[in-house]
Amino acid sequence: MAVRKKTSAIKNPPKHLLGIQNLSVQEAKQILKEAKEFISLNRSSSKKLDVLRGKTQINLFFEPSTRTQSSFDLAGKRLGADVMTMNMNNSALKKGETLIDTAMTLNAMHPDLIVIRHQDSGAPNLLSQKVNCAVINAGDGRREHPTQALLDALTIINRKGKIEGLKITICGDILHSRVARSNIYLMNMLGAEVNVIAPKTLMPKSIERLGAKPFTDMKKGLDGSDIVMMLRLQNERMQGSFLPSKREYYEFFGLTPEKLKYANKDALIMHPGPMNRGVEIDTKLADDINVSLVKEQVELGVAVRMACLKIYCK
Amino acid sequence: MKEKIFINARIIDPSQKMDEKGSLILDKNGKVKAIGKNVKKSDGESSAEIFDIKGNVLIPGIVDMKAFVGEPGYEYKENFRTLSQAALAGGVTSIVTMPNTKPIIDNVSMVDFIIRRGRDKAAVNLFPCASITKQTEGKLMTEFGLLSLRGIVGFSDVNKTVQNTELMARIMDYASDIGVLIMQHAEDYELSKNSCINDGEIATRLGLEGVSQIAEKIIIERDLSLLSEYPCRYHINQISSKKSLEVIKKNKSNGKKFSVGVSINNLSLNENDIGEFKTFLKLSPPLRLEEDRLSLVQGIKENLIDVIVSDHIPEDEESKRLPFSQAATGAIGIETLLPLALEMHHNESLPLNKIIETLTINPAKILQINKGTLAKGSDGDICVLDLDAPWLVKAEKLKSKSKNTAIEGRKLQGKILMTFLNGELVFNQ
Repeated sequence: MAVRKKTSAIKNPPKHLLGIQNLSVQEAKQILKEAKEFISLNRSSSKKLDVLRGKTQINLFFEPSTRTQSSFDLAGKRLGADVMTMNMNNSALKKGETLIDTAMTLNAMHPDLIVIRHQDSGAPNLLSQKVNCAVINAGDGRREHPTQALLDALTIINRKGKIEGLKITICGDILHSRVARSNIYLMNMLGAEVNVIAPKTLMPKSIERLGAKPFTDMKKGLDGSDIVMMLRLQNERMQGSFLPSKREYYEFFGLTPEKLKYANKDALIMHPGPMNRGVEIDTKLADDINVSLVKEQVELGVAVRMACLKIYCK
Repeated sequence: MKEKIFINARIIDPSQKMDEKGSLILDKNGKVKAIGKNVKKSDGESSAEIFDIKGNVLIPGIVDMKAFVGEPGYEYKENFRTLSQAALAGGVTSIVTMPNTKPIIDNVSMVDFIIRRGRDKAAVNLFPCASITKQTEGKLMTEFGLLSLRGIVGFSDVNKTVQNTELMARIMDYASDIGVLIMQHAEDYELSKNSCINDGEIATRLGLEGVSQIAEKIIIERDLSLLSEYPCRYHINQISSKKSLEVIKKNKSNGKKFSVGVSINNLSLNENDIGEFKTFLKLSPPLRLEEDRLSLVQGIKENLIDVIVSDHIPEDEESKRLPFSQAATGAIGIETLLPLALEMHHNESLPLNKIIETLTINPAKILQINKGTLAKGSDGDICVLDLDAPWLVKAEKLKSKSKNTAIEGRKLQGKILMTFLNGELVFNQ
C-alpha cells in the first residue's frame, strides 16, 4: 500500500466512500438530503429511474450478507444501472488470487462503481488505490460500515426530525462492530451525544477518543437516551471466551422493556440486523412498531444506497 | 596492502572512551596500529595512503545484531551481495544474521553452508545465529554445543518465542553450562493471537486486532524469573513498551545479568505513523505510543537497553500489498540504521557517544566477538561519516533488494562517507 507503482497510477482519482471518517459534515448531509428524496419514490408504484443508465455497478462481496447486498443490488437497479453481484466466498480468491489481482481484473471491465464488503479492515482502501472507478465500502472487517450509519441517521431524522442534541446509545459487541464505529463518527458529526454500553471484554481500547462515552452498566448508559441501538452478539464470541454465556449476557446487556425504562420515555430502538432474539433483545420489544425502527431501517437503507450510488458515480 | 593514515578526524570510540580530534593508522594487515590525538602523520610509513577526514567523524564499523538475509530460500527478497551493499552504505561492517531462512539454520550442515556461502558472496563480516529450537517450532532444542563449535554466535527463534516454560527452563539451564547466548523474542502467543498492531486508539480506529504490551512483558518476567535459577547469557531481542522497561529496570537494579535490544523503528516511530494502513509499518514488536517511544530512548540513556538493531526484514512488494492483517511483517533498515539513530543526537535526546556505543562495542561485548572497537590491534573496520549532511530517504535509492522502508520520505541528517572493512575501502560515497 505504501508503494504505488507508476504503471498503475490513476488519472483523476474518483471520490470513494471508504468510511464516515473521510466524510465532511457537508458531504454527509448531502447524502442524507439526496436519500430523503428517494424515500417517496421507493414507496410509489413506479420505482425506476434512469440516472445511472449505461453505468456498471459491481457488488463484490467477500463476506456473506443478505440485507446489505440485496439493498445495494436493488438500489443500483432502481437507478437504472447494470448491476453485477459477485460472491467471492468460493471464487478465484480460494485459488490464491490476491485482492489486488481481483481488482485489476474487474477494473479491466470498466465498471463505474464497485461496492465491496470484505472481512479485512482496510480492504476497500487498498482496492480504491488500484481501480479507476468509485469504491463504496459495504463493510470492512471491524472498521467501518458507512452506508449503515447513514441509513441509521436517515431513520432517526425521519422519526425525530433531527439528530442534533439527541443522546444516542449503542449497546452490545462494540469491539467487533464496524456499525458502532461508523455510527460513533457520524452521530458526533451531526451533533448527537453518543454513549456505548458493552461488557468490558467487548469494549475497544480508547473508544472515548472516537467520541463515545463508555459504560458497562445499562442503567447508567441508557439514562436520558433518545435512541437505543442494539448490536448483534455473534455466537463465536462465546467460544473465544469473551463472555461466560448467552443467558448471562441477556441478563445484564439484553434489552428488555424494563431496561428500556432507563432511557427517555419516547426512546426508539434500532438494530442493524440480523437479530438474535432473546440474546441481545427481547423478542416482543423487537416487533413493537411503536418503539422499534428495525423495518424502517431496512426500507430507508435502499434510499441511502441509491443516494450514495448516484453521488459517487461520476 | 599499504598502510593507511586517517588524519583530521573526530574519532569516537566508546570502547576506549575516546572522543577526540586525532589520527588513526592501519598497518599493512589492516589492523589498528595507532589511534588518538597524539598520533601524527609521521608515525606511519612514508609510503602510506593518506585519508584526510576533514574534521568528520570516524567510528568503529557498526555491529548490527539483528538482520535477515534471504539466503537460502528467499533470495528474491535479499541475498548476501545486496545485503552487504546496503550494510556498507550504512556503515555496518558486522551483521548478526537470523536463522529463519528456508531451510532454517538449526543443524550443523546448514551452518557450514551459510558460512561458506557468506564467505564467497558477502562483503561484510557475518556472524550467523542458529535457532533455539528445531524448525523454530518451540519443541526441541538445537545442538547448542556443536553449533557453537561451527561458528554460531547466538541462538534465536527470531520473531518466534519459546512458549513452553518447561522447555525454556531447560534451554536456559543447558545454555548456562556451556555458555551460549540465548536471544529471546518476547511475545506470549495467546495474548497476541491474530494481532498486528498496538492495542490502542489506532487499532480501534482501523478496526484491527491489537496486541497488548502485556504479551511482551509477561514473557520477559517469566524469563527473568528463570534466569535467577539458570543464569545463562540471556538477551531480549527487542522491547517495545514502557511497561517492559519497568520490569527490566527492577531486575537490572537487583544485579541480574542480561542484555536488552531495541529496534531503531521503535525508537523513531510510533503507532500514529501507520496512518491509513501503511503496511510497511507493520512490525513485530509493533509500534506503540509516543510515551513508549520516549521511555525507550530514556532506557538507552539509563543503560537499561544495551543495543540498537536495525531489525532488517526485506519483504517484496507482493507480500506487503495486501490488507493490513494479511500483509507480511517487517521493514528494511540496515542502510538507514545509523543516520536514523543520529536523529536522537540531533534532537538532543541522546548523547552521540551513547548512540555509537549501542551500535558498536555493546553488541560486540554481548556476542563476545572482537569487533566494535578501534583499540590497538583490532580489525580495521571503520565508518567515516558527515554528522550533519542532510538527505531524504527514497526507497528506490536504497541498496537492499526489497524496498520496504518504514521511513520513506523522512529527512535525515548524517551521511556515511566511507566504510572500511579489514582495512580495505569498501564503500565510498
